[in-house]
Amino acid sequence: MSSPTLVSPPTPAITTAVPLTKKILTADHPTWCPGCGDFAVLASFYRVLEKLQYPHEKIVTFAGIGCSSRFPYFVNTHGGHYIHGRALPFAAGISLGNDDLHVFVFGGDGDGFSIGGNHLVHTARKNVNLTYVIMDNSVYGLTKKQTSPTSPIGFKTKTDPTGAIDQPINPMRTLLNTGATFVARSHATQVNHMVEMMTRAAKHPGFSVVEILSECVEFYAGAFDSSIPRKGGTWSLIQEKKNDGTPEDADRHDVTDEVAAFKLAGQAWPGSFGVFYENNVRKTKNVLEAELVTKARERTKNATDLQLLQATFAKMR
Amino acid sequence: MVSPNTPETPGGAAAPSAAPRSIHDVVIRLAGNSQDGIQSVGGFLARLAGRSDQDVMTYMTIPSTISGGPSIFQVRMGTGDILSSGDRADMLVAFYQHSYDAHISSLRPGGVLLYDSDHVTPVEGDNRFTQIAVPITSGTVEAVGGAGKDKGKNIYILGLIARVFDLDVQKLAALIKERFGGKNEDIVRNAMLAFDAGYAWPQNNLHDLFYRFEAIDLATRASGRPQVTMDGNQALAYGLLAAGVRHGAGYPITPWSSIMETLRTELPKYGGLFVQCEDEIAAISTAIGFSYTGHLAITGSAGPGLSLKMEALGWATMAEMPLIVVNVQRGGPSTGMPTNVEQSDLLQAIYGSHGDTPRVVLSPKNVEDCFYIAMDACRIARTYSTPVIILSDMALASRIEAFDEPDFPKLMVDPKADLSDRGADFKPYPLDAITRHAPPGSKIGSGKYPTVTGLEHDELGHPTGSSKLHTQMTAKRREKIKKLGASLPSPELNGDSSGEVLLVTWGSTWGPALEALKRINTAGVTGGHLHLRHIHPLPDGLDDIFNRYRKIVVAEINDEGLYGFGQLAMMLRARYANPAIVSVTKTDGLTFKISEIVAGVARHIESAQLDASLGVAQPSALAKN
Ligand SMILES: Cc1ncc(C[n+]2csc(CCOP(=O)(O)OP(=O)(O)O)c2C)c(N)n1
Ligand code: SF4
Ligand SMILES: [Mg+2]
Repeated sequence: MSSPTLVSPPTPAITTAVPLTKKILTADHPTWCPGCGDFAVLASFYRVLEKLQYPHEKIVTFAGIGCSSRFPYFVNTHGGHYIHGRALPFAAGISLGNDDLHVFVFGGDGDGFSIGGNHLVHTARKNVNLTYVIMDNSVYGLTKKQTSPTSPIGFKTKTDPTGAIDQPINPMRTLLNTGATFVARSHATQVNHMVEMMTRAAKHPGFSVVEILSECVEFYAGAFDSSIPRKGGTWSLIQEKKNDGTPEDADRHDVTDEVAAFKLAGQAWPGSFGVFYENNVRKTKNVLEAELVTKARERTKNATDLQLLQATFAKMR
Repeated sequence: MVSPNTPETPGGAAAPSAAPRSIHDVVIRLAGNSQDGIQSVGGFLARLAGRSDQDVMTYMTIPSTISGGPSIFQVRMGTGDILSSGDRADMLVAFYQHSYDAHISSLRPGGVLLYDSDHVTPVEGDNRFTQIAVPITSGTVEAVGGAGKDKGKNIYILGLIARVFDLDVQKLAALIKERFGGKNEDIVRNAMLAFDAGYAWPQNNLHDLFYRFEAIDLATRASGRPQVTMDGNQALAYGLLAAGVRHGAGYPITPWSSIMETLRTELPKYGGLFVQCEDEIAAISTAIGFSYTGHLAITGSAGPGLSLKMEALGWATMAEMPLIVVNVQRGGPSTGMPTNVEQSDLLQAIYGSHGDTPRVVLSPKNVEDCFYIAMDACRIARTYSTPVIILSDMALASRIEAFDEPDFPKLMVDPKADLSDRGADFKPYPLDAITRHAPPGSKIGSGKYPTVTGLEHDELGHPTGSSKLHTQMTAKRREKIKKLGASLPSPELNGDSSGEVLLVTWGSTWGPALEALKRINTAGVTGGHLHLRHIHPLPDGLDDIFNRYRKIVVAEINDEGLYGFGQLAMMLRARYANPAIVSVTKTDGLTFKISEIVAGVARHIESAQLDASLGVAQPSALAKN
């Protein structure tokens, strides 16, 4: 968050007015298995950054631990590879520490819904301004095929050799429940759709989250075929309300309607894709904290740090 | 009501029979229930001492129940340095029978018992003490009306103590007005009525129990700055503010919570913020996130919470991110004794977490030092790009001391983040230099932006499985901490520079050890006292110091463990392989008494004089000749 005593002077010297291209944004060669869905998510993310053209040095790509969480090494921006499940609270520190930044967090279903589940709830409810992309392959990829919180009942893994028996979570319902102010769902086989969802998420003021079904070809091949038309599945796009007064519009989805979003989240597998919910009214934590600063500094009449400390100590004589 | 030593009160005619006697210091213990406001009496006395250039130290127990229940506050005030809150009390004020029963044994022989004659019946004919029946309840009711049964007794007693010790009434009245002034007029008026009633009572009821503190040698207060009075958690929080910390995150736990409460309230005034997180893991993660943006940040907790932070601490070591972690120690393991003192998190702080994680661990010696250790921790974190753990404890967190106001204009550190451009040759993890983190927002001349990482990495931050690089990078992380160790000042050494025994302490055991040293020296034993503020890395040159003494006795509040040594003693033995290093430990959840340290030393050295001195009870300063 920017604040009176913390604003840094503009940094003029290096002029990188060149537009951000995929070439510039490309870093290490991905270490993923050939055919892994995560490649397409990465390619889409380059396109998102090409579209948005944020100043290069102000983009942060961050992640926890997992195959998907290797993401930051493959993107040439400031970034980090943190510990398993805790990337969100770290990223909250980044976002609140410098409100000028554009913070993107990537991770897997285990990272986000299992070990990091509680952090997801609290970062979302606080509406910290950042974008979170969950690359859901319904399995633990990096640790080589254990059951994940989104593995369907019956899926055979090394930890459930006779098939998973525990009820999986419903990601969309879970995300809506957290109080996230932008919730969308996409699919790694749909590059244009991913680009659109991630772009809208990035532009959303507040905590935006996109769940992307991204196949692990190594340990859960075919997991998402039922939503891939060329494999005989159905690709069901959410039709958003246009408020154009046409009769068709009445049946379209109102993204500001939380109850309607929950209804969509309750659809039978494989469900629908698109924006489930968007709330542009709730203030971000970034704004709320900045307001606290403004109020406090009004009360203290913009006293300097030195004056503040001296005044406090004078009261303790 | 009847007490052998209660002076007669013949129609209010008696006047004090003697001039006030001069004393160096006094330990007053107030024992009642938590709702009696005895904490605030202690607070008033402590702040008065601060304003009078007297030294002061307090000791407080908070009952584990939220409200009600027994509670005590002990204040030691006097002239010159007050190093500990005192083994035993010179004066006990007992509000209830249970207060008397539980605390009479804490009174020194010759000490003064003031008891509420409306509630307490002391043992008849107990000649060890001067026992004085004071109508605390009825006197207060008389002064302020029926409400005085529950409220105002504390202020009545404050008035009485002010008279007995010839305290500055004007300053006390000013403190009372400051404290209650924000509320309505009636409250201030009632408080002053109770105060005056208490102040008036001794005149006609106490013959010769009047004292005055020795005059202060003002030359010893050379700073020219006034004294301030606060607890260790406040001092620590303000030290962080002076050191330019503007960001933090935490999760509540006793006795750390008041630091985060202070920072949450204060930081917005300074343009910063403190985030209350969902747990300690999130808290340290958010704090490292702040540090990543170039703002050195603080997180903190007490023992169990520090355990939760361990994985993230490992990351901060690997990624070489600066960070301040405060751990206010309490009795453990687990929830243990949450409102008691213990120094049992030392090894957790130094060696907790996974892998080879060279740590920086500091510990403040008193309340004032909480301020300066916070500043030192920030300097180290920034210079060496490393997490720094501050080990405070329950005793420092909750007790109030007076100290000279810091020289703020000299000390203030600019909080600005360094987002300047980095050159084309920028490397996040250079092998030949200490890491200088480039926060997001800073442009990198090469156009190659760094990934900070917990995976072993090369100089540019790329993950690596290279054995050679892991060896080199492990050495890089180790060597910078060794470099810090070599730069540290020689630790404080008191008393004889060689001799029979060297007392070694860390943390809040500093004060009692210094007093213990005096007693040891008085008994004719040569000895010194070495106090460690920088515990890891250790400063250079300790082996030379150790070699000058026959026994090195490490006193600390933790268990002797499976091998018979406390946590610091074990580390020092491992480091110096010196069999003269021995250990004095205890696990009663209380700060060291001076006599316990002296007895501990006596167990390790052969000295008939020291053994003999143990049997001699220290008489009260208030004893009649
Ligand atoms: C504290 C901790 N526990 C366990 C692990 C081991 N681990 C690494 S990644 C992972 C699960 C990865 O699954 P997911 O988040 O779904 O990511 P994916 O690899 O499938 O993309 C586990 C259990 C770890 N690194 N840290
Ligand atoms: S194991 Fe699965 S998730 Fe990991 S890289 Fe390979 S295909 Fe992708
Ligand atoms: Mg997964």
